Amino acid sequence: MLIEQLINGITLGSIYAIVALGFTLVFGVLGIINMAHGEIFMFGAFIGVVVTSTFKGPLWLAFLAAITVTAAMGYLLERFALRPLRNKQGVSHLAPLISTIGVSILLENLSHHIFGPGNHPFRASFAEISFQIGSITVYLVQIVIFVISVLLMYALSFWLGKTKAGKALRATAENLETASLLGVDVKRTITMTVIIASAMGGIAGILVGMAFNSVTPQMGLSIGLKGLAIIILGGMGNVKGAMAGGLILGLAETFVVVYGDSGYKDAIAFAAIIIILLIRPQGLFGQKISA
Amino acid sequence: MRKQLKKFAQFTALSSLLVLSACGGNQAAGDEDGESSGGAVKADIGVISYISGPGAAYGEAITNGLKLAQEEINGKGEVEINLVIEDSAGKQDQALTAAQKLMNSENVTAIIGPTLSTEMNVVGPEADLNGVPIMGTSTTAEGIPQIGDYVFRNSLPEALAIPAALDKAIEKYDAKKVAILYGNDDVFTKSGFDTMKKAAEEKGLEILTIETFQKGQSDYNAQLTKIKGLKPDLILASALYNEGAVIMDQARKMGIDVPFVGGNGFNSPEVINIAGDAANGLIVATPWYGEKEDDKVKEFVGKFEEEYGKKPDQFAAQAYDALYIMAEALKNAGEADRDALRDALAEVKGFNGILGEFSFDEEGDVVMDPTVLVIEGGAFKEFN
Repeated sequence: MLIEQLINGITLGSIYAIVALGFTLVFGVLGIINMAHGEIFMFGAFIGVVVTSTFKGPLWLAFLAAITVTAAMGYLLERFALRPLRNKQGVSHLAPLISTIGVSILLENLSHHIFGPGNHPFRASFAEISFQIGSITVYLVQIVIFVISVLLMYALSFWLGKTKAGKALRATAENLETASLLGVDVKRTITMTVIIASAMGGIAGILVGMAFNSVTPQMGLSIGLKGLAIIILGGMGNVKGAMAGGLILGLAETFVVVYGDSGYKDAIAFAAIIIILLIRPQGLFGQKISA
Repeated sequence: MRKQLKKFAQFTALSSLLVLSACGGNQAAGDEDGESSGGAVKADIGVISYISGPGAAYGEAITNGLKLAQEEINGKGEVEINLVIEDSAGKQDQALTAAQKLMNSENVTAIIGPTLSTEMNVVGPEADLNGVPIMGTSTTAEGIPQIGDYVFRNSLPEALAIPAALDKAIEKYDAKKVAILYGNDDVFTKSGFDTMKKAAEEKGLEILTIETFQKGQSDYNAQLTKIKGLKPDLILASALYNEGAVIMDQARKMGIDVPFVGGNGFNSPEVINIAGDAANGLIVATPWYGEKEDDKVKEFVGKFEEEYGKKPDQFAAQAYDALYIMAEALKNAGEADRDALRDALAEVKGFNGILGEFSFDEEGDVVMDPTVLVIEGGAFKEFN
């Protein structure tokens, strides 16, 4: 039972972590909190449902479609909600936050309109694969989610730290104008970042759909808020921090249910975040950007 | 900006209302003529329903049921009902605005709705104060008809439904230990939980644990793993079908195979659509059973399917019967007068509708026998 709960916690935590990675990437580079990230995540899940349930397509196609659609949404988000506000005289630094909130409301209602209200089950045979160890049932999806989150974390760390594009991205994060003077294509770098972050949201969406068999137009909001809490906990703009923060929150929520009262699940998890932040205000791995 | 828009919308709504009521006025004048020439009782019935938002499926079922009943009633020629439908979006404030709009219209004799008990708690006192009869068709929480003399309902309250389902489940499975799971951020599921807990205590069941969840949650594994470890004979779940279906799906995947006993919000064919085979073993008490060997029921199901392309659920059925009850009361009252209608409603006894024999008690609450159903092999069946 304890091991089962541990697996539950790690699965939940890994999902939080993947969502938080998308947040942290955009924040690290642009200094913008992308409130539409949760809704892009929700769209990824819906694309997965449409491909596997409505068109009976294979799972790889669902992933491909979700990544394509969410990446395109990321591009549109950058092009129409963020870029027009950048480097303009007199635009408040809160303006991009508000415009992403606008996008999130738009997307939630749009999906409500397209896909309809209520829960949509995710019927993929892959989600049914499980094996038994003693009395414990482990689903392959749970393992896949954990592996994907770790892989994404390492890939992102490597990309940011070692590749030319990653260095350009960090330079952009450091100072937009200087980076552009040094020959970094700032516009392209920023667009790329938002697209990659959105595609990661899409992947997370499908994984959640498979793991919990529940996709609704409202799922983006709560997970988006948790993602936000996690990047504050882990250190804004820090990749490893997002991973650690996600796992801590996921495990904390699960173990509050095990040893306490499920009614206080969120309260205790967030109280833990407040305490950690009182001790380390910059977050667990707090620097401006990761290496 | 949004506020301005809202104001603008309100203004347009108000002005269109003025125009509407002006038209209605003319009509009413015509009505009196019609009445004096020995025709039907004509009345406007206001409807407040949950037509947009996450629970829009409820509103759709309800308004479809009402429209079907309206067509039939008007076809008979004794009563002529005109429905004035307003959207509450499942929100208290919007329900109240809609109710005020309807109550201020002279021609609206009575109101059917709103959909949620939380909405009725706000709208009911207002209607009672204004002397407008109001009847809930889906408000099942404790204390709704007790709001006032003008407040009625024809929806089976949880306090009748849950003990009925629980009784049969205990009998069949010889249950002694139960786990309770409920949504703690919704008045409806909370009230269902209170009823469940009370019923379980009265029947001498041991409550192993009480777990909670919140609306829109997608991961219930932690709560369910805990419940699994305690090995209950039954799981009592006070949840709306959206969450409930996912809970059952995750429970079955985890290897929990004990039956679930649910409240009214759990009682929907959507549970089977969402959870598939995992929905097997859900026990609910319902006023409505569509497979009943009854001519009225069969006729209604046939007509409904033809008209709307899907099977009616209990919300459609309750709304359908509600309008018939209204029509019956209107006929007995003999005129479209709010007070006369209230008195006539209070006297409805032994009404024979598609839900079975129905009466109001002295408080305007429901007197009827629920049917207990269980999901088996992907369909609701009578539970014996």
